[in-house]
Amino acid sequence: MACQGLAKGETTNTLKAESESLKAKLEEERAKLHDVELHQVAEKIDALGQFVMKTRRTLKGHGNKVLCMDWCRDKRRIVSSSQDGKVIVWDAYTTNKEHAVTMPCTWVMACAYAPSGCAVACGGLDNKCSVYPLSLDKNENLAAKKKSVAMHTNYLSSCSFTNSDMQILTSSGDGTCALWDVESGQLLQSFHGHSADVLSLDLAPSETGNTFVSGGCDKKANVWDMRSGQNVQSFETHESDINNVKYYPSGDAFATGSDDATCRLYDLRADREVAIYSKDSIIFGASSVDFSLSGRLLFAGYNDYTINVWDVLKGTRVAILFGHENRVSTVRVSPDGTAFCSGSWDNTLRIWA
Amino acid sequence: MTINTLSQDGVQRQQMPCLTKMERMIISMQDPDMGIKLRNQRLLITVIPHKCSISDEEALHVGQLFVKYGYIYPLKEPRNLILKADDSSYRFQTPYYWMSTRWPASELDYAIYLAKKNIRKQGELIEYEKECYNALHKRINHTWDFVVMQAREQLRASKQRRKGDRIVLECQEQAYWLVNRPPVSPEHYKLTTLTKNTIIEHNRISLARNRVKSSICLESYVKYCEQYQPHDPIMQGCLPSNPWITDDIMFWNMNSETVALPTKLRVERWSFSFMELLNDQMGRKEFLTYLEKEFSAENLCFWQACEDVRHGETAKIPEKVDEVYKQFLAPGASRWVNIDSKTMEKTLEGLKRPHRFVLDDAQMHIYFLMKKDSYPRYLKSELYKNLLARAIVPQETKKSVFPFMRRQRHSSPSPALATQTAEDDGKAKYSNSNSGTASRL
Repeated sequence: MACQGLAKGETTNTLKAESESLKAKLEEERAKLHDVELHQVAEKIDALGQFVMKTRRTLKGHGNKVLCMDWCRDKRRIVSSSQDGKVIVWDAYTTNKEHAVTMPCTWVMACAYAPSGCAVACGGLDNKCSVYPLSLDKNENLAAKKKSVAMHTNYLSSCSFTNSDMQILTSSGDGTCALWDVESGQLLQSFHGHSADVLSLDLAPSETGNTFVSGGCDKKANVWDMRSGQNVQSFETHESDINNVKYYPSGDAFATGSDDATCRLYDLRADREVAIYSKDSIIFGASSVDFSLSGRLLFAGYNDYTINVWDVLKGTRVAILFGHENRVSTVRVSPDGTAFCSGSWDNTLRIWA
Repeated sequence: MTINTLSQDGVQRQQMPCLTKMERMIISMQDPDMGIKLRNQRLLITVIPHKCSISDEEALHVGQLFVKYGYIYPLKEPRNLILKADDSSYRFQTPYYWMSTRWPASELDYAIYLAKKNIRKQGELIEYEKECYNALHKRINHTWDFVVMQAREQLRASKQRRKGDRIVLECQEQAYWLVNRPPVSPEHYKLTTLTKNTIIEHNRISLARNRVKSSICLESYVKYCEQYQPHDPIMQGCLPSNPWITDDIMFWNMNSETVALPTKLRVERWSFSFMELLNDQMGRKEFLTYLEKEFSAENLCFWQACEDVRHGETAKIPEKVDEVYKQFLAPGASRWVNIDSKTMEKTLEGLKRPHRFVLDDAQMHIYFLMKKDSYPRYLKSELYKNLLARAIVPQETKKSVFPFMRRQRHSSPSPALATQTAEDDGKAKYSNSNSGTASRL
C-alpha cells in the first residue's frame, strides 16, 4: 500500500494528465465511426407483439436467499446455491431435488454445472471454488468427494467451466479472475486489471473460444485473452458496480446489468457502448441479465423484485414479470432457449416460459 | 453490489473474516511455546517465517499480508511495508492498533499524531505528511488549539515512561499510521499501483485498434436476430410444443443427440455457420461421413484431438500431444494433415516443450481450411440436401384445455449416470473413423 513505482521527475499529476488525455483521444476515435444508433437501424423491423410469459414451475426448498443458478446441458436440470450454504441440484421439469450438498461456508455466491452433467462447482465466502462429482448412490455423501480447485484471497463471485469438465474460470472479490485446472488445482492463468471486486464473468461463444468478459465494482467491463492473460478491451460507461455480464449469442457484443439501474450493450468490433436499456421508473439495480436464443430479448432481474424483458434491437421494454417476493438475484435462459430460470432472495426459483 | 458494503475507501472495504483469521494466526505466532522465536536484543525481535508448517513461498506471502495490514511492522525501513526473507527485524503490533479493533482512525487523531511529530522533531515531517498537516490545519482549524494541547499532553505523559517502552509505543503508533494513512490519496493510489505501464500502455494500444463502423456492427445484430428467430422458442414457440408449457417432452425427445431423423429446423441451423454444425453432435457425425467420402476426414479428427488437448487435463497434455504428433503430424503418419510449411515448422518446434496451446496454430489452420472449403461443399452436397428433405417438421400439440387432464411429468435419466468411463476424456469424445458412422436410413 505504500507509494511505489514513480520514476524520478514524474509526479502523480503528470501521470494523471497523460492518462486523461489518452482517454479523451480514445473516446474521440470511438465516436468517429459511430454513424448510426441501434434503434435507428431497428426501425425497419416489426415491433414485438403481446408478450406473455408465466411462471411454469416454482422450485421451493432453499432455506434462505437463492444467490446463483446454472443450467445443465440436458436442458432441464439446474443447480442452485443459497445463502444458507446449501447447493441443490434439481430436475426443474419435475421439480424433484436430485442432490444436495451443504457447503462449509454461508453465502454460496457462485455455482456452475459441468458440461458433462456429472459435477457441479460452487464457492463463495470460503474464497474457494470446489468441484463436487455428482453421485447417484443415495447413501454416498457428496461432500466426501469434494475437490478444492480455486483459491482466492477474497470471496468467490462467479465461476464457470470452460468447454470441458477439466478447467474452471473464476472471478473474485480480490479483483482478479483466474483459470484453474480441476484435476490438479493448479492455477493456469490469472487476470489482473480490475481495481475493485470482480462480480461476474462470461465466456465468449466464439470459434476460437479464447476470450471472456468480466465486470466489477470499478464500473469496468474487461475483455480478456485466456491464453496470454492480457486485457484486450475495456469499457467504462456505467455509473456504478457492474453486477452481471453476458455475451450476445453471436459473440460480437455483450450486455451488462448494473447498480445504476441500467443494462447496456457493448459491441466488441465497434469498441463502444451501443445501447442503454433504462427507464425513469426503474431505479433499482439490475442484478442479472441473459439473452434469449436469438438475442432479440434481454431478460434482466432487478433488486425491486421484478424481471424486465427488453427488446434488444429497439431498446424498449416489452414486459415486466412480477412474481418474486424479494430481490431477483440471478436470471439464466435454458440451453435450448425454451425457458428461463430466475432465482431470488425470497428463497425460490421460478421457471418462466 | 457486493458483500463488501460501506464506503468506497480502500481499507474499509476489506472482509472482516480475513482479519479474524489473520489475528488468530498472529496470536498463535506469539505463543511462548509454539510460536516464533523472540529475541530481546535491544528490544528487537526477529521473525522466522520458516517456523510455520507451510511452504516458504506461502509463508512469505502470508507474511506480506500481515505487514500490509499492519499486524507486523518492519523496524529498519518503516515506510517500506513488505516482508523480506532475510535477517531484517520486525515487531508484532499491539492488539490496540489491530485493524479489527476499528479504533477510529479519525482526522482528529491523525492531526494529533502529526502535531506531536512536528513538536518533537521540528520540521522532520515527510513531504506527504506536511501536505496532510497543512490540509488538516485548514480543515479543522476550529479545533486546532485542542489538537496542539492534546499533542503536548501526550508528549508530556510519554516522557514519564521508561525509554524502552516509549520507543516501542512510538514505533507502534508510527506503524499504525503508515498503514492507515498511506502517503497518497485513494484516487492517486489506484493510478500508481496499476502503474503507468498498465493504464497508459493499455490506452495506447486501444487507440491503435481497428474499429468497425457502428452501422455495420448493428446491421449484423438485425440479421442475426432475424435468422435465429424461428429457432427461438420464447419468441416464436417451438414444435411440437414447449415442454414447460404443455408438460409434453416430445420436443426434447425429437431433438436429442441420438434421434434417428432430425427435425428440419435443426438441419437448417447447420447452414448458419460452421460452428453451429460442429456444436451439434449429430451435425458433426454427418460432416465426418461427408469428409470420409472426400478422403479428408483426418482434418476433423485432428481438430477434435486438438480440442481435447486444449480443454483436457493438464497432466495428460504431453502424452496427448505425442499421440497427435504420431497420428497426424509425423512424416508418413497414418492420418497426416496438410498444414502449410511455416505453421508445421513452428508447431514441430513447439512440440519439444509441449503445453496446452502448442497445437493452436495448426488447429486454427485446419479449422479455417474446413470452414472455407469442405463446409460450403457439404452444404451443397447430396448428403446434406437429402437429410434436409427427409427431416421432420413436427405436428403441433396444443396445451390441454382441461386442467385435470394435465399430462404426467416424466423424469429423465440423470447425465451423471452415463459417464464414469468417459472421465478421462472430459467432454470431448471424438469418434474414430473405424467406429460410429452416422446413422443413415
